[in-house]
Amino acid sequence: MKVAVTSKGVTLDAEVDLRFGRAEQFIVFDTETEKYQVVSNSQNLNAAKGAGIQAAETLSRLDVECLISGHCGPNAYRTLNAAGIRIYTGASGKVSDMLKALEAGDLQPAGAADKAGHWV
Amino acid sequence: MTIAVASGKGGTGKTTIAANMAVSSPEPVKLIDCDVEEPNCHIFINPLIESRKNVGIPVPHADPEKCNACGECGRICQYNAIVALKTQPLVFPELCHGCGGCALVCPTGAITEVDRDIGVVEEGTRGDLLFSQGILNVGEAMAPPLIRAVRRNGQVKSNVIIDAPPGTSCPVVTTISGCDYVVLVTEPTPFGLNDLVLAVEMVRTMKIPFGVVINRSDIGDDAVKKYCRDQDIEILLELPHDRRVAEAYSKGELASESIDELKPLFEDLYVRITAKKN
Repeated sequence: MKVAVTSKGVTLDAEVDLRFGRAEQFIVFDTETEKYQVVSNSQNLNAAKGAGIQAAETLSRLDVECLISGHCGPNAYRTLNAAGIRIYTGASGKVSDMLKALEAGDLQPAGAADKAGHWV
Repeated sequence: MTIAVASGKGGTGKTTIAANMAVSSPEPVKLIDCDVEEPNCHIFINPLIESRKNVGIPVPHADPEKCNACGECGRICQYNAIVALKTQPLVFPELCHGCGGCALVCPTGAITEVDRDIGVVEEGTRGDLLFSQGILNVGEAMAPPLIRAVRRNGQVKSNVIIDAPPGTSCPVVTTISGCDYVVLVTEPTPFGLNDLVLAVEMVRTMKIPFGVVINRSDIGDDAVKKYCRDQDIEILLELPHDRRVAEAYSKGELASESIDELKPLFEDLYVRITAKKN
């Protein structure tokens, strides 16, 4: 299973980026091979609107099944849901710690967006 | 001739200048309120509204039977209003600018466009003054299509005075596009000057002739005047601060109709601006 974590850095030691749509990058971790790739999100950092939607589409293309981030807005939530990606919000600290917490079953899936949209 | 009354800063007196000039003109004109997020000319004009029509923008609707999930629609959209996932496109109508690109590139013809209501255009009169305004739905962010609809609706041969939205962003640019002259209303304060400079950059970029009205001209400082002098910008009118104007405003009255000596000033302003056409 591929798990995406929003990240401020390019290694598993990096800090989780609390933003989803405008996260600096995604660390996409494969739980089977235990390898990860770094996916840039630079195109969305300066998007006027719809950054969360675009970011969700990026993850969908990569066959990500699970997202860990700090927050998630309504449009991103809708898109991730439609793409069948499970969402865990409220993350912070190191990317590697969050991956461990997921494996240990310590994370609760988000039942709704936890932020209002930024597009207005 | 179409004259837009705009400003960088809000609350400088655009509506006061536009509405009073419209009722003080020596010939019948049309007054259009393009500040569709908060139109307020009607409070002072009290028009008899004679028609009202809904304005929508086309947004995509995808037919799941025809969609082959190729993703072309999502790739062409510059606003992320339609996103192509592995199965079906997902539409975010409030982000859609209504360009129609997705329907155009869809290879299977799965996308049709349906109207999404964004507001209304009203037309009315007050004696021989023609009036129209756009009213954007509450919570709606897409002002420019409604502004274009207000501008297009009920075109007339007489001169037109437009009350523009404040600022220098898309709604204002949409409003003043194609206008023959722009009146920039400001106040002699640091805020007024800062936003006037931005507004001047906007009209100069758009190559529209313009002049400045300084409202409450005896407050603040003289930096606005100095700026206009340095930049060779015509000051069309200076209106001193007057408690009676504020009182008329608070009662929804037109200053030019409540205060005798003001009417000639607005009439003269109109005459001088319209004389520039030739």
